[in-house]
Amino acid sequence: MASFSLPTNSRIGEGRTHKAAPGTKRIKTFRIYRWNPDDGANPRFDTYEVDLDSCGPMVLDALIKIKNEVDPTLTFRRSCREGICGSCAMNIDGTNTLACLKPIADLKGPARITPLPHMPVVKDLVPNLDQAYAQYRSIEPWLKTETLPPPDGEQRQSIAERAALDGMWECILCFCCTTACPSYWWNGDRYLGPAVLLAAYRWLADSRDEATGERLDSLEDPFRLYRCHTIMNCTETCPKGLNPARAIGRIKQMIAERAG
Amino acid sequence: MPEDARTALMSGLSSDGKPVDRPLSPHLQVYRPQITTVLSIMHRFSGIWLGVGTLFLTWWLVALASGPAPFATVQAFFASIFGKILLFLWTAALMFHFCNGMRHLAWDSGLGFEKPTYHASGWTVIAAATALTVLIFVIGLVAG
Repeated sequence: MASFSLPTNSRIGEGRTHKAAPGTKRIKTFRIYRWNPDDGANPRFDTYEVDLDSCGPMVLDALIKIKNEVDPTLTFRRSCREGICGSCAMNIDGTNTLACLKPIADLKGPARITPLPHMPVVKDLVPNLDQAYAQYRSIEPWLKTETLPPPDGEQRQSIAERAALDGMWECILCFCCTTACPSYWWNGDRYLGPAVLLAAYRWLADSRDEATGERLDSLEDPFRLYRCHTIMNCTETCPKGLNPARAIGRIKQMIAERAG
Repeated sequence: MPEDARTALMSGLSSDGKPVDRPLSPHLQVYRPQITTVLSIMHRFSGIWLGVGTLFLTWWLVALASGPAPFATVQAFFASIFGKILLFLWTAALMFHFCNGMRHLAWDSGLGFEKPTYHASGWTVIAAATALTVLIFVIGLVAG
């Protein structure tokens, strides 16, 4: 049964405020979710005033500036800073996105930053993604064939067959979409969520893959696939502009067509 | 806290190795309402509300079969202000559920998944459901 409110240990209190230096001209206020496994306290929002004149353009730049110059205890994941690693996925001003791709200029008023929604928090903005990774593993995201490839070459695809994979291979598994999905919030123990289903369709749509029937068998389940109620939050939020909702729709169609 | 397979992930360790309960990150509390979520939850609420309406429709039909006196009671109930408000809300729910249901049919046929398309279809549903509700209610009031 879904719980719409936060457990008592997860309710968020008010934390510290880190003011900008006096005389700072362009200030942007960030309210950032903090939780430390060592202090035994509830999560809190800390407020940071950032000098935009000495800060890069993206939200990730502001987070790194805060960590470097104001508060080294602030914890978040980041790596590539160009939207290809998927590490800095978080909820910024109410929607999930990558901090490195989100311009500070897009945020009106004080910007609120929280971890990816409805996930266990490891520390501050770092969620535990074990469940999502285990679900990704469960769809067996690799090429499965019976036919052996030609001994002297590759398994070829036509240009059209290769183009059928566009919009899916680009997924970086940041799980912005999965954690934006209310259905995943309430049923994420069994519902695979949009990111994993997009990955599942990537292999269903691959002309070289020969395990289509077996893959559909495993997806045809009231929870794994059919907890998708076409809410569309996934496509709405994908920082890479992909369309998990459409991929899930295609899987449902494949199952319907197979049934005849 | 989810009481299912995810529960184990709600346990972590502090830096000195003591077990701690991890908090659940905020979800409904912080997620921005958007046309995607708002129409989806309205579809569910309108469906539930129509379920309640079906009970009243049954009441009306049973009264109709039971004779003039019971039927007059039901008619009087729906002619009252409270009854009219209920009828208006059911009309609105039915029109919304019907229009948004078309949207779901399109999705089930593999159409309308593009972002500009589902934004446009969402706003169209709101406009069409509002117009149909007003139209039906005006006709109902005029026809008495």
